Amino acid sequence: MATQLASQTTRAPGSGRLALRQTGVALAQYTVLTLLAGIFIFPLLFMIMSSFKATNTEIFADLHSLRAFLPVGDVSLNNYAAVFQNSQFPRFLANSVGLAAALIALSLTVNSMAGYALSRLRWKGQRLVLAIIIATLIVPFETVAIPLLLLVSKLPNLTFDKGITFTQGWLNTYQVQVVPFIAGAYSIFLFYQFFQDIPRELDEAALVDGATRVQIYLNIIVPNSGPVFAAVAILTFLGSWNSFLWPIMVIQSEDIRPVMVGLQYFFQQNVQWGQVMAYTTLITIPVLLLFLVFQNAFVRSIATTGIKE
Amino acid sequence: MTTTTATLARTTTPRRTPSDIAPALLLGGPAFLLLLVFLIGPFIAGVWFSFTDQRLISPTPAQFVGLRNYRRMLTLTVLTLDPLTDPQTGQPVRDTQGNLQYPRSRAYTRDQEKYPQYFGLTEWTSLDLAGRRYTLLAGDPSFFRSLQNNVLFALVVIPLQSGFGLLLALLVNLQLKGRNFFRTMFFAPVVTSMVVVSIVWRFIYDYNNGMLNVFLNQFTLGLFHPVNWLGDASTAMLAVIIMSIWQGAGMQMMLFVAGLQGIPESLYEAASIDGANTWQKFRYVTWPGLRNTSVFILVTITIAAFQLFTQVFVMTNGGPNDATTTVLFMMVREGFREQNIAYASTIAVAFFLIILTISLVQRRMLRSEA
Repeated sequence: MATQLASQTTRAPGSGRLALRQTGVALAQYTVLTLLAGIFIFPLLFMIMSSFKATNTEIFADLHSLRAFLPVGDVSLNNYAAVFQNSQFPRFLANSVGLAAALIALSLTVNSMAGYALSRLRWKGQRLVLAIIIATLIVPFETVAIPLLLLVSKLPNLTFDKGITFTQGWLNTYQVQVVPFIAGAYSIFLFYQFFQDIPRELDEAALVDGATRVQIYLNIIVPNSGPVFAAVAILTFLGSWNSFLWPIMVIQSEDIRPVMVGLQYFFQQNVQWGQVMAYTTLITIPVLLLFLVFQNAFVRSIATTGIKE
Repeated sequence: MTTTTATLARTTTPRRTPSDIAPALLLGGPAFLLLLVFLIGPFIAGVWFSFTDQRLISPTPAQFVGLRNYRRMLTLTVLTLDPLTDPQTGQPVRDTQGNLQYPRSRAYTRDQEKYPQYFGLTEWTSLDLAGRRYTLLAGDPSFFRSLQNNVLFALVVIPLQSGFGLLLALLVNLQLKGRNFFRTMFFAPVVTSMVVVSIVWRFIYDYNNGMLNVFLNQFTLGLFHPVNWLGDASTAMLAVIIMSIWQGAGMQMMLFVAGLQGIPESLYEAASIDGANTWQKFRYVTWPGLRNTSVFILVTITIAAFQLFTQVFVMTNGGPNDATTTVLFMMVREGFREQNIAYASTIAVAFFLIILTISLVQRRMLRSEA
């Protein structure tokens, strides 16, 4: 595009007019970009600014001017304090962080091993299993959510309250938010694709040296696959952090609620917009910061999937 | 090189073939087992449940009921109503505005003896045409309303969101200073949780104190009357749609940027030599070069349109009057709140068939090009 515009402008006669025209074009482009950026960022800016404002009255009054997007007036951290007082926010946060960490660790391990078995090992049924996994890519989670709800409500559960006891049902547990999502056809497929491109000579050489298949996976494949591990980790994190449909069905107890479900309850019970905005800011900023730091990896992994919550 | 490895492989085949099965099971087994239990198993179970009367909690075992759930979901008939006439004059009855009056459809759907074919059905929608009223009766009007909402969502969001995405991509792709900053701004809503986005927009759309009403009122110097965006059946879906376009446009931008970078620079140079102007370059180089990207975007937006759930759950809870229900919203309402696993599974099967169709169409479109 840049070369197009450049070549177009070079045809304009007179270098003074050329420079003027280039400045004009650039100015127009920046104006459009700034206006668009405003459209895309104003709700988030409003959310963050309102979280510092004392009362609904003040937030509503500020809407009549650009004050809505500025940290002005009776500004404080009181809303944040109120979030911690009026909800079990630290608990929700710890739940979500713990669940995401557990899911990322398990999912990277299990899916990369499966991708390795499908891409580098030769065994009977390999093609069939690969075909089945590719076929399941087409099945969205929502399709199986309802039968899965029935399944997890019947699974046996170990509790360690007073000695070890068996109870029925995974509803209202941590594992119901993790275990069904460890294996993912898409993650396996990403690993499979990436491993296909690692030169097989590396495996052959290691085999000659007496390495086992498991050792090859650990010492050759894993250390050479940073980007795909990063991509799967990011996708798993976003999926876990933003999960909503499943937890609202299987989690009632406040103790194990993740942040998004906690937010939904907090929003329903709260009439102070400042506090609601403080809550949303608290759970949005960490993700936005992560995104800013790992921007390229984020963009690459999200763009491969087209997933949207 | 290739021939030697091929012969080498052939000679060693009998010795090697079984050797990897143990590590394959050890490494791949956990994932395959988990997929079987938590994806493939429930998928098959769901199809089975759609032919039964399975409930979440029930003292009696589920019974096979054949196509009953599908009949409830899909039954659709037209009931033609003649206007009410005055028994004395034989003239049609009109109300104060001069509109014709019709009998209520309930008279037909509640009378099992006289009209068994309409019994148990509910009115979905009706149309007055040439002195008659055509009423669509459905076994489950909510399902058709949901489907209608999903289709409307897709039809509006596909052109607007991809159009926005393309515009943003072209702008961000200019070699301007600070383009990364703008790219980040446009992409920020995509990485923000949908629950958060929905709550913030709930405030923007608020009837009494919402940002949109205040802004429009000030902008028109008080001429604009506040609209209850989410509380009015005629605007609620539109409000959900606008917010969703805003949230996902940055995503389409990223996909288009990737597509733009895949178009060889030499094509633009060749077009310049041929004297093509900016529009011609876009029309004959950029646009054809983005074909696969466009198909991919078309399909992802369509699939996302049928996956519409969170926005509706947080902002409107399906209301008012089913104006914003979606197929998935209904599925959760039936399966989770009504605990009717069987009927929810039937909706899930319908949902899956829709997604499957979209995916197959995508394959056709990509293949026909190659």
